[in-house]
Parts: sequence; C-alpha cells; structure tokens
Amino acid sequence: MMRPVLRALAIFLSCLLLAATPRGAMAQDPFTAALAGLSGDFSEKIEAIEKLAALGDGRAVPLLQALGDGALLVRESDKRLAIERDKTAFDALTGESLGPADQGFETARVNNRVRGVIRGALGRLQLVSPDRAQRLAAAVGVLKTRAADNLPLLEQALAQETDADVRALLQTALAATQLLSDKPETRRAGAQALAGSSDPDVRAMLVQERQSAANDPQLTAALDAAIKSIDDRLVLFNLIQTIFQGLSLGSVLLLAAMGLAITFGVMGVINMAHGEMVMLGAYATFVTQQLFRAYLPPGAAEYSILASIPAAFAVTGALGILLERGMIRFLYGRPLETLLMTWGLSMILQQAVRSLFGPTNREVASPSWMAGALQLSDAITITANRVWIIVFGLLVLGVIVLVTRATTYGLHMRAVTQNRAIASTMGIRTGWVDALTFGLGSGIAGMAGVALSQLDNVSPNLGQGYIIDSFMVVVFGGVGNLWGTLVGSFLLGIVNKFLEPYSGAVLGKIFVLVAIIVFIQRRPRGLFALRGRAVEV
Amino acid sequence: MRFTKFLMAAGAVALLSAPAVAQQPPIKVGVLHSLSGTMAISETTLKDTVLMLIDAQNKKGGLLGRKLEAVVVDPASNWPLFAEKARELIQVQKVDVVFGCWTSVSRKSVLPVFKELNSLLFYPVQYEGEESQRNVFYTGAAPNQQAIPAVEYLMSKDGGEAKRWVLLGTDYVYPRTTNKILRAFLHSKGVTDADIMENYTPFGHSDWQSIVASVKKFAGEGKKTAVVSTINGDANVPFYKELGNQGIKAQDIPTVAFSVGEEELAGIDTKPLVGHLAAWNYFQSVKNPVNEAFIKQWHAFIKSDKRVTNDPMEAHVIGFQMWVQAVEQAGTTNVDAVRQAMYGQKVKAPGGFDSVMNTNHHLSKPVMIGEVQGNGQFQIVWQTKGPIKADAWSPFIPENKDKHADWTYPWVCESCTKPTYN
Repeated sequence: MMRPVLRALAIFLSCLLLAATPRGAMAQDPFTAALAGLSGDFSEKIEAIEKLAALGDGRAVPLLQALGDGALLVRESDKRLAIERDKTAFDALTGESLGPADQGFETARVNNRVRGVIRGALGRLQLVSPDRAQRLAAAVGVLKTRAADNLPLLEQALAQETDADVRALLQTALAATQLLSDKPETRRAGAQALAGSSDPDVRAMLVQERQSAANDPQLTAALDAAIKSIDDRLVLFNLIQTIFQGLSLGSVLLLAAMGLAITFGVMGVINMAHGEMVMLGAYATFVTQQLFRAYLPPGAAEYSILASIPAAFAVTGALGILLERGMIRFLYGRPLETLLMTWGLSMILQQAVRSLFGPTNREVASPSWMAGALQLSDAITITANRVWIIVFGLLVLGVIVLVTRATTYGLHMRAVTQNRAIASTMGIRTGWVDALTFGLGSGIAGMAGVALSQLDNVSPNLGQGYIIDSFMVVVFGGVGNLWGTLVGSFLLGIVNKFLEPYSGAVLGKIFVLVAIIVFIQRRPRGLFALRGRAVEV
Repeated sequence: MRFTKFLMAAGAVALLSAPAVAQQPPIKVGVLHSLSGTMAISETTLKDTVLMLIDAQNKKGGLLGRKLEAVVVDPASNWPLFAEKARELIQVQKVDVVFGCWTSVSRKSVLPVFKELNSLLFYPVQYEGEESQRNVFYTGAAPNQQAIPAVEYLMSKDGGEAKRWVLLGTDYVYPRTTNKILRAFLHSKGVTDADIMENYTPFGHSDWQSIVASVKKFAGEGKKTAVVSTINGDANVPFYKELGNQGIKAQDIPTVAFSVGEEELAGIDTKPLVGHLAAWNYFQSVKNPVNEAFIKQWHAFIKSDKRVTNDPMEAHVIGFQMWVQAVEQAGTTNVDAVRQAMYGQKVKAPGGFDSVMNTNHHLSKPVMIGEVQGNGQFQIVWQTKGPIKADAWSPFIPENKDKHADWTYPWVCESCTKPTYN
C-alpha cells in the first residue's frame, strides 16, 4: 500500500529538484567545464583528466575509459563529446544516439602520456567501485601513477575493502604512495611495508626513492633493506622463470623434432622437407580458421584451433604417404640422393605455398583462452599459450608412444625397423608400413605446425627455422629413440635459456652447437642409443 | 578517281607510318626485389609498387614518347645473387635504371656492379647511412631522419622522458651501425653506458621470452625505460606477440621501431600493442590529397582495399617520380645526364611535403612518429615542421668529423674533408 505512494513522492520530488536547477548552472558546473578540455590537444586533455579525477565524479569513468580505448568522439560542428559503440555515436552524458560514428565525428586522440594520466585518474575514481575487477585495475593504476594526494583516498578505500586480493594490492599502493609523503616517518613506514613485495615495479620505485633519499640515513637503511629483501626473493623467481622458459623452448623443439624422430630416427630418411611439413600444418591451421570464420557462427572460431589439429595431421600425413610412395621409397639406402631430393622438394613446397597464399605472413588469431599470461606472483609471468604448447607437446608424445607400443601397426613398425627381412617373412607388408610410418612422421610435423602458428609467423619460410634444430635434437637425443628426443629437447631448451642472458641469443646458439658436436664425438649415438635400421646402415 | 585512290592510299600509309616512326624501343626499368626467401614478405610489395608506377606512367603516354617496360628479376633473398642479378639487368637486359634492394647487406653486394657498369640504383629503405655512392639514390631515411628524432621524442615530456635505453636489433650491419650512432648520440645527451643495454638476435628469431623478460628486469631500476628496436623482418611478429603476452604496456615501457610498418603489423593482433611507436617519413594514416590518391591507386592496382601502404613504398613513389622528371628534363635516359638532372628534383610526396633530392644523393623528408592503433594503423603523435635534410655521415660518430658527401662541383666525392676541385 505504501510503496506506490512513496514512489510517486520520489518522482515528484526529483521533478521538483530538476526544475529547481537553473539551466545556466549546467554550463558552469565544474564537471562540464572540465569535459571541454577533452577535445583539446594533449596537454589540454591531461589538464582536463586531472581536473575530472580531482572532482571524483563517477560520470567521468565511462568517458575516460572510452578516451583510453580510442572510442571517444568529438563532433566537429559543436565539439560535443560522444562515445562510439558498434559504429554509432552516443552522447557521452545523456546516452542519446547521435547517428553513425563516421559522419561528422573525429576520434579524440591520445598518446602514451595521456594514457598514463587516464590510468591514474581511473584509479582514483574507481577505488571504491562496486565491481571487483574495476577495483583491482584501479589499485594497479594508483600504484603505477603514484601521487602523494592519493594517500587519504587509499586509506579510505583500504578501510572499507573486504576482498583479500584487492586489499593486498591497495596496501602495496598505499605503501608505495607513502614513499612520496613529506613526513620522514611515513616514508620509512612505506619502505618497511614494501619489503614484503616481490614486484619488480615496486623494486623500481624503491630504487628511485633511494636515489633521492641520501640525506636521511634511517630512510636509506629502510629502503636498502626493502630492496635487498625483494632481490633475494627475485633470485628464486628468476630461476623458476628461466626454467619455465627453457621448458617452453624445449616443448617447441620437441614438437618440431618428434616427426623427424620418426622419419629420420626410425626410418633413416634424411628428410630436409620436414620443416615444410611443419609449415603446411601451420597453413592448415590458417585455412581451418578462415573456414570457421566464413561458415560457422562467430563464437566457433575460438575453437577452430582444436579442429585444425586433425586437419593438419590429415593433410600433411596424406602428403607424407604420397611422397614416400611416389619418391622416397626409390631412394632407400642412398642418403645423399635422399638429402638432395627432399631439399629440392622443400623448395618446391615453399614456392608452391608462396604462389598459393602470397609471400606475406598470414594471421592465425590466438583464441582468447590461449592469450594473455598467468601471473603466478608479481615477478613470474607465464604466458598462457606456452603452457598450452607444453601440454600439447607432451600429449602428442604420449599418443605416439601409445601408437608404437600398444597397437598392431606400432608392432609392425618396430618389427620392420629392427629387422626388415624377418618382418617381411612374417607376412608384414613392409612397403605399406614404411609409407604409414613416413605419413605418421609427417602428420606429427603438421601438428607441430598448429602449435607453432601460435608462436611464430605463418609464412612460407616457417619451416626453415626449425629444420636444423630438429636434426640437432634428434641426433643429440639418440637417433630412433623418442625418450631421447624428449630429454634432448628439454635439456637443449633449458641450457639455451640459461646461457642466453650471459651470451646473447647468437652466441648462445653457437655454444650449444659446439657443445653438441663435442658430445657427439664422445657418444656418437646420442644420449640414448638404440638398435635399429639406422644402426645397421 | 585514280588520283583520289592514290591520295587515300598515301594518306593511309602516312597514318600508319607516323606511329611507326614514334615506335621507338621501350625504356627498360629493372626491378631488383626478392620475391622468395625471408625478405619476400617486405620486398614483393615494392615490386608491385614499381609495376604500378610504370603502368600509370604508360597510361600517361610513357616517357620521352617511349613506353616503359619493367624487367623483374628475383634475387631470392640471397645476397650474392643480388650482384649477379644486377649485372644481368644492366648488361644483358640493358635497363636504364634499377629500383631495388631492401637489406643493407644486399645493397652492399650490388654497389660494385653499379659502380663498374655506371648504372643507377634507387634504394627505397631507411638505412644506417655512412654511404653516398655516385650510382645510388637513397630515397629512404638516413639515421638523422628517423633514429635520432625518435630517441629525442622519447626523451621529451610527451614521449615519457626516458632515461634508460634498451637497443634491440637483428644481428647485421644496419642495426649495429644504427646502434653505434645512437649510443654516441645518447652519450652526447649525458646517458651513461650503465643505462644502455644492447642485444642482438639472428634473422628470424622466434623465442623472445628471455629477452623480453630481461628488458622488464632492466626497466626495474627506477628510471623510465624505453626500447629502441632495429629488429628486421619476420622476427618482429613473435617479438610483439611476446610483448603483448607478457603484458608490457606502452605507458610503462614504450618500444619504438624503425623497421616495423603497416605491412609488418598486418600479421598481428595489434590491440595489446596500442601505444608502441614507430618512426618513419610516411604513414598510411597521413591525411592529404596526394596520399589519398596514392592509396586509391594502390588499391585499384592490387585489386584489394585491404592492402596497406607503407614508407618504403612511398620512397619508391618519390624516387620513380623524380627519375621521370629528371629524364624529361635531360631529354635522355643517359645515366650521367639523368644523375645531373636529379639534383634538386622536387616531388609532392604522399607524406605531405615537397621532397627534394640533395647533392649527397639523399632526400629531404619530414620525420613522423606514430603510435600503433588497434586497427594496425599508426596515429601520428609527433612530426617535424618540415622536411629534414639527410646526413650521409652521422656527426655523432667522431671519425665522421668534417666528412662531406657531395657529388657536385667543387666537392664531387662520397666522403672528403676538402673539395676535390679548388
């Protein structure tokens, strides 16, 4: 009974309020006045953004976000601000539609400096936002653009914050801001509080303060202690990070080399066109993605990469079988001819792809579930796509091991590898086993291409970069041994990543190559020697 | 009756023979760009640009009443093959001018051929300078038209007042020379060696994890850090992907690149890269009628309006136009006559200013700094007020003191400290 009456009253009151506000006052309202600056040049924009942040008016948030995203429009005729959504301009304050965005509007430009100021301003404005993600972003913004006058705001936000993650970030931001205070004890407190951090950015701030704090021995001591404690922690984190990078490089090497471990390792074919199989796999990924985009609903393209795994395997596997039956089988036992022929083949395949798809890189978009990074701690960023590729590499290895160990075809393959004559007398069609094995190796190379399309350029030259590394891994790990390939690739990856910071990428590679040559001198059959056809030859 | 018939026949003969007299052999234009191998990604577009320019010139009636004919060869990103193909173009095909090369190492490989056979090469790519050959016209930027202004921008308030510098490059002559000049320049601005990090990677490097991580670490020393990238070719794509994935924002560590244009960005999702910078003398986003006409012409020629234009393409447009003007002025395609006529040629460039060919065989061009946008284009955030004259010899390298590049009287030299004739 009471409700409708109350609502009517509320409406009536708000109407009264609106009517009471004189029209002219709108124009002089400091918020609207500050907005005008957003259509000016870079320094006028910065001034306007700082004013908006100081006013603390929540209406500025969508405006500033739009400005940062390049979606804020200025109408050329009357400088009216609008926000672009789906190619339509909406008034920045009232939200009314102003027609298509490409007619009579100009995008308000920003540069890095303006973006930095926006981040700080949004941080101030959103510290007490009801949305957790916004508060997190705000805390980061306030932390990165430290300003002494944020202190009371941060204290207030911290007092009412309940979420643990946001609290932690706010505390860091508060301490980092305290460093800027003009009271020595507040600065010391800030330095002490930051000692527990492991964020390289925080370390940078401490170092910066350290440079200007020479005349306060207590403060310098506190700063030094904080920097040292962060450094101690960073040593461990850096180690973890380097190992991860090594594993990631290793997984790429593993993927690239696994197919070769079969065609070269098991069958003994020096296959110079192996890299091109990888490249074709990457192009298969590209084509699958294009088909998904063209024929399936928009959301499906996110998962095209899953469909491209069997597609790439089928394409390159079939090509492998065709090559084996058509050419390679005539050259068994003649390594030099095989080398030259497959090398020529690699050039033909490259040029064919170049003529078909053009010489420029093709974009294979990363699905959103593979993009970005996992922030394990402030100091360790692990990029998501690399985690997926490590997982994928190990999965593929698992499948190959299963196929060779647990299927009849695998049994035949091993039989033919170990003793062709006896396998043949037992009724195994050795010719077809050869073809299938070469097909399997090529197919796996194709699957590697799917993974590499996420890391490298999809261009006709893609395979070139991996052929040498693949041979290196297979020879190092022990020709014909999958476990050798696994251990070899991860070992090479990790050694490479530990060397790189000291020697640089070029010298690092040379060191690794020399080390492998020396190693092969001592153990000509690699880490894990195996008996097989390669040994007989 | 008979007489009129005779007259008609004579008229017909005259009509037929008139064009036959004008039908001189075509002027041959050599195109020396890799259409295969690692550099094909960048150079194929330049080949298409020259073909487009020749096509347009022929539609205007050719040059000196003769048609232009393109002779395209493929040096396949193989540096010694560049020299062989250059020789083939000049000696066998008898071309009157060559447009070509991208990497400095390919240019260095063809220099002796052009010198020996006295032919002309138009080289369209920004490069490290320290050169001014009599047989080459350099239509790309010298370091003072690209690298130095870019670093100055990053030092300015708008650029973020960078104090610490990471110089990343591909391991060959261009990045190493450019970084040598930049290091000397940074020293002159009071930057110490402790605040400079240099790192080189091979062509086609694809695993950038540890380098990007070390950049992050280098930046953690309390001073604003910026990255100057002379990374060339394919390696840029995985580099930028890694920057995006590791969450390095342009507000925190801006990266300015000298070899990344619209074409190179075409293969990447640029949303995580918004705000990273590139320095060039031209961007597709430049707004003026000449550029609009150029983009329109390119889209019509390549039959796709998705294709982008970039700085080296613009350099070919300028170089080709200048060569056409010089030939018209000289009235011949003779190399020595055309070379003389080249000096002082002026062209309204798509970049928005009059570009002028100087007597050191380099251009005066405006410098622009652009920020990467979400759509793969650049937004210009800074540019010079007018064209800047190229220095063939960087004054920041001590050995270059008083070195002069000038091919007109009384200097006539690539690098002399005194005029040859006085």
